[in-house]
Amino acid sequence: MSDTGRGDLLLEVRNLQVHFYLFEGVVQAVNDVSFDVHRGRTLGIIGESGSGKSVSAQSVMGIVPSPPAKQLAGEIRLHRATPDGGIETVDLGRLDPRGQEYRDVRGGEIGMIFQEPMTSFSPLHTVGDQIGEAILLHIPDSTPQSARERTVDLLRRVGIPRPDRAVDAYPHELSGGMRQRAMIAMALSCDPALLIADEPTTALDVTIEAQILELIQELQDDLNMAIIYISHDLAVVGGVADEVMVMYLGLVMEHADAETIFDEPLHPYTRALWQSIPKIDGPLEQLVPISGNIPNPFAVHKGCPFYARCTERIQGVCDESPPPVLEPRQGHTVRCFLYADDVDLASNGAAGD
Amino acid sequence: MADVMQTTSGANGAAAGELLQVEGLSKYFPITKGFLRRVIGFTKAVHDVSFTLANGETLGVVGESGCGKTTLGRTILQLYDMTAGSVRINLDEGQLDVGSLTPEERKLFRRRAQMIFQDPFASLNPRMNILETVGEPLLVNGVAKGTELEQRVARIIEQVGLRVEHLRRYPHSFSGGQRQRIGIARALVVNPRLVIADEPVSALDVSIQAQILNLLQELQGEFHLTYMFVSHDMSVIRYICDRIAVMYAGRLVELGPKDELLERPRHPYTALLLAAVPRTAKGSRGKRLVTAGEPPDPANLPTGCVFQERCVHVQDICREEDPPQVSMSDRHFAACHFAKDLNLDGITVAPVTLSA
Repeated sequence: MSDTGRGDLLLEVRNLQVHFYLFEGVVQAVNDVSFDVHRGRTLGIIGESGSGKSVSAQSVMGIVPSPPAKQLAGEIRLHRATPDGGIETVDLGRLDPRGQEYRDVRGGEIGMIFQEPMTSFSPLHTVGDQIGEAILLHIPDSTPQSARERTVDLLRRVGIPRPDRAVDAYPHELSGGMRQRAMIAMALSCDPALLIADEPTTALDVTIEAQILELIQELQDDLNMAIIYISHDLAVVGGVADEVMVMYLGLVMEHADAETIFDEPLHPYTRALWQSIPKIDGPLEQLVPISGNIPNPFAVHKGCPFYARCTERIQGVCDESPPPVLEPRQGHTVRCFLYADDVDLASNGAAGD
Repeated sequence: MADVMQTTSGANGAAAGELLQVEGLSKYFPITKGFLRRVIGFTKAVHDVSFTLANGETLGVVGESGCGKTTLGRTILQLYDMTAGSVRINLDEGQLDVGSLTPEERKLFRRRAQMIFQDPFASLNPRMNILETVGEPLLVNGVAKGTELEQRVARIIEQVGLRVEHLRRYPHSFSGGQRQRIGIARALVVNPRLVIADEPVSALDVSIQAQILNLLQELQGEFHLTYMFVSHDMSVIRYICDRIAVMYAGRLVELGPKDELLERPRHPYTALLLAAVPRTAKGSRGKRLVTAGEPPDPANLPTGCVFQERCVHVQDICREEDPPQVSMSDRHFAACHFAKDLNLDGITVAPVTLSA
């Protein structure tokens, strides 16, 4: 696959901008978000509430409610495999979210796991019926019998005991961990090339969370699936992601491989976030909270949206104009004025080589 | 916090600084069936739990959902009637037997033992402004009214980091972190001695959690509070607590000083719980151990040890006999037949650098 040049590149999101037009004002939920997702790799998105992490992912899925939301700019290019073995590129942003073509992608090429498995399943239908419905819709020539067999197979695959009985269970009859497994089975029912997991373990206990994450990684290895893993939990993301994107108020503040984000974070927000969370191991240090609150979502920021809470802000610079996206090291981008000089040095050095 | 611990460590009995004594506390919920609500069984949410709380310390109660940690807190506060056992609290006004309070004693107990709830969005009445919300306990308990009430509310509001101008505002105009500060103010305004905080930071954003944890620490020193801190988050428990109690299926399976319990757990369940938390330190980041299984149904517990189905060290005796409470020291015990024999892995804790 890698011989086709961009063969393992699955999804390109470029300059995505999604605003919500509400009665109270405009929420700039996603402002200028760009990222790539490669087959077999995991992109972690870290962010607090209002960071735009979920809206970014939902835009890829085409499930952002519109209105009130509107995609103002950006491209979402999916490089999908064609039946004859080639690769074709579709710009999802241009498809009608309610149209047949998007319906084929959603649940077909892209599967999604949501945070709360109790509210994402219908309480009125059995787990088997709901997974079977996805199979009947997306897999050609499937019959109710074949869909049921495939569902039982999937439930077994995700580690649900006695899958032939669980298939007829209603969601409330399963425990939280088992419901989340069933959710994963549904997301995987049509062999997606991309799995979007939006806080899939937040409602679960740590022991169950560990089981679910291991399952997701096993399935990724087997199916060479790409994963977008969204979470507010830095430690969890550190365990699953190959590269990490840190978001704040609709902007990508920092983007690098996972090791770098945790060991050598550059953005003051990433560093502050890291100092403000309690850790299970290592020396016990006094937590340094990030001062202030997450700004009102309706506020429009002339400069950096983190300005008011930043300990390294430069008055007259950071509050005056939006910070640039810089690449102080190769593959490590940061949206911050602090590195404006570093980047010049780095590019000069690179030119001299 | 550490100073308080030293002055009270090894304390025995009320005179030497014990605030709370819990003995054999149980809370069973009946399972009913049919129109007549016939009782067909019991969910043993809390079973035979004993521990003491020293003045000024913070006890963390940790466990998975359904382990009974919330029920334990609520039963201690008499929000649920206890099924068996006793709870005694030693106040300046004298010792109270929480299980059999006279109406007069109940009023005193309600002021001296308070609770901070998890969800700051659900625990505040949207139709009451901050003055009314925080002032209500003073009014209800007949502690203060009128201008005195307003002054006391204003003072506590500033102590939790809000501004007096906020007094006439309603909950919707506050963020999650600010609402949790309001919840804390409401708990502290009546000068409690014991505060049970049930997952007080779980619903908050990461950047706000540290603010509230540090605030709780500061207030503990200022108000001489004793905390029982209920959480599922081992990292939060590690940060804020002096001692840790681990619950599983309604039982207290291990209780001990923080570092001792974290570095060298004595109960296999404590070890399992610790192993499941993703590591953050360089070199071991994201590493965690995956173990199969889920907690048993508290309405249908196995004979013997409640942890037998998930335990990798299980022996025949564990399936037959309830494990005894094995003491490692006078402050550390584990409910396991093999607590002294097993060599369980904990976490790597470097020297404590926390300045209290």
